[in-house]
Amino acid sequence: MPAKLSFNYPQTGTLRVKLSGDWQIYASIPSENEVVAELASHQDTAQIIFDTSEVGSWDSGLVSFLFRLVRDCEHKNIQVSHQGLPQGAEKLLTLALKVHTRAMPEKSARNPFLERVADKALELYASTLSVLNFLGEITVAFGRFISGKAYFRRDDFIGIVQKCGANALWLVSLISILVGIILAFIGAIQLQLFGAQIFIADIVGIAMVRVMGAVMAAIIMAGRTGASFAAELGLMQVNEEIDAFKTLGISPVEFLVMPRVLALVIMMPLLTLYADFMGIAGGFLISASVLGLNPVEYWHHTQSAVRLSNLWIGLIHGFVFGIIIAVCGCLRGLKCERSAEGIGVATTSAVVSAITSIVVATAILTFICQVLGV
Amino acid sequence: MGETGKPVIEVRNLDLSYADYAVMRNLNFSVNKGEIFIVMGGSGCGKSTLLKVLIGLKEPLKGEVLYDGINFWQQDEAVQQKMMRRFGVLYQGGALWSSFTLGENIALPLQLYTSLSAGQIQEVVELKLALVGLSGYAGFYPSEISGGMCKRAALARAIALDPDIIFFDEPSAGLDPLSARMLDDLILQLKDTLGATIIVVTHELASIFSVGDNAALLDTESKSMIAIGNPKNLLANSSDPRVIRFLTRGEKTSLPAGRQGEPND
Repeated sequence: MPAKLSFNYPQTGTLRVKLSGDWQIYASIPSENEVVAELASHQDTAQIIFDTSEVGSWDSGLVSFLFRLVRDCEHKNIQVSHQGLPQGAEKLLTLALKVHTRAMPEKSARNPFLERVADKALELYASTLSVLNFLGEITVAFGRFISGKAYFRRDDFIGIVQKCGANALWLVSLISILVGIILAFIGAIQLQLFGAQIFIADIVGIAMVRVMGAVMAAIIMAGRTGASFAAELGLMQVNEEIDAFKTLGISPVEFLVMPRVLALVIMMPLLTLYADFMGIAGGFLISASVLGLNPVEYWHHTQSAVRLSNLWIGLIHGFVFGIIIAVCGCLRGLKCERSAEGIGVATTSAVVSAITSIVVATAILTFICQVLGV
Repeated sequence: MGETGKPVIEVRNLDLSYADYAVMRNLNFSVNKGEIFIVMGGSGCGKSTLLKVLIGLKEPLKGEVLYDGINFWQQDEAVQQKMMRRFGVLYQGGALWSSFTLGENIALPLQLYTSLSAGQIQEVVELKLALVGLSGYAGFYPSEISGGMCKRAALARAIALDPDIIFFDEPSAGLDPLSARMLDDLILQLKDTLGATIIVVTHELASIFSVGDNAALLDTESKSMIAIGNPKNLLANSSDPRVIRFLTRGEKTSLPAGRQGEPND
């Protein structure tokens, strides 16, 4: 039976709300606005009473209707009598109203636009300071490392090196070979027009060694290792393990961050070198097998096109990217909020900020190389 | 206040904040040497924030925390770190370093701050594990043992350097009654054997009455400390309904005049 409302006035100033039918949350139930509209048409109403003798089954639907109605009536200074309500509903309503009247922490109202802009600017300023502070801490930790005063576990460091080096080789191989193949195909389409397909070797070799090897390895490592750093340190933050280091006077930057930065700074140039080789191999394979180029000629062209300066530029890229990935991952992990969602945010943020910074750093390094003429 | 010893910790006019909210204002209390001091209060009243301020992890809004008369928050970082070495902290979840074995967890502070040989460190590790009833568990990782055992192992780490002051954050949280009781007994033993000053942050009444020499009750509504003293005396003599309500789990708001309250511990 559908839920219904009807109204009558047993005496002046008293509204009797008669509820009938099934008041269940999954069924359609009347809105308290019907009662509010009735009150608006009888401004002299001072009290509401209920008649629930024809109510069938009920659940939270009835209680939430009553709860909203009582709160509305509180604002209008209309007394609501709980008599006549089903006993269970009356108890639930009393409980809900008791919770409602408890002192809650004050929430500030939405600030004006200019104030919000200023807050954002201050947030940005604080976040920039925090990044600079973190970089300063890493520099100090490296200073202590060079002077032999830093403390971290050698086994942890070796484990990190293995995780971000050897364990990443398969992924770096796959992506680099595919990038080499893609570069060869794209080069072939244009160079065929001039009958100069052999210069595919130059394009693939220079592109991979100078920048693409480092960038592709860095993007893989940002998604793989940077995210892993952020999640590891974030979880340690959630479990208070970082606090435990601090209270023992152990610097988390020295003990946790520095070995990670060091591992990536060592491994990224090596991975870059490996990615360069795999990319060239990918281009070589596709050129020799599908594009019909002479393998020996291809090899000679690669050797003559790729200069040592290209290799150094690629390795410098790798070195810089290693610092960026480790710093972004560790910083986001240490700043992680203490919740499951916080770890997700830290991980996402580590990857996004690392990849963005890698692209920006690539642009800056390319510009510097252009200016220097190398 | 405790009858014996002089104040090891003095808290003066301390204001605490959590995020942008002021959670507690004008806290004043002192903790004497060798006593077990309980910081109690309902959830969200600022107990853990107070603990963070006391152990040097969070700067207060204002006020002073003095250890043996030295104002902690006015010292430079190097001095603060030196002072923190006097502390042992048992965190709510244990906070054992998950990539270390229990033995390595306890050994790390010893490796850092003592000149003991590897063999001697191993002996100390075994001793500390034995003190908390975990002999033979040195090679286990935190993920391989139960929550109660993790708490005890974390306590072994907290006492690795024989600290003067040991802080416990909700030691009974998440433990079954027997494990909680065992941890309470350990706290009492530490007080007797090491002579350590112990601060326990908790809202577990059984622990409060069984281990507390003195206690401060923090109140969320008024954002202040509303009672201080021996927990049993507070229950017996306090006329504040908020204190009685807290100490009787909300069952009573006042006790009959002239009665001597006897808590069920």
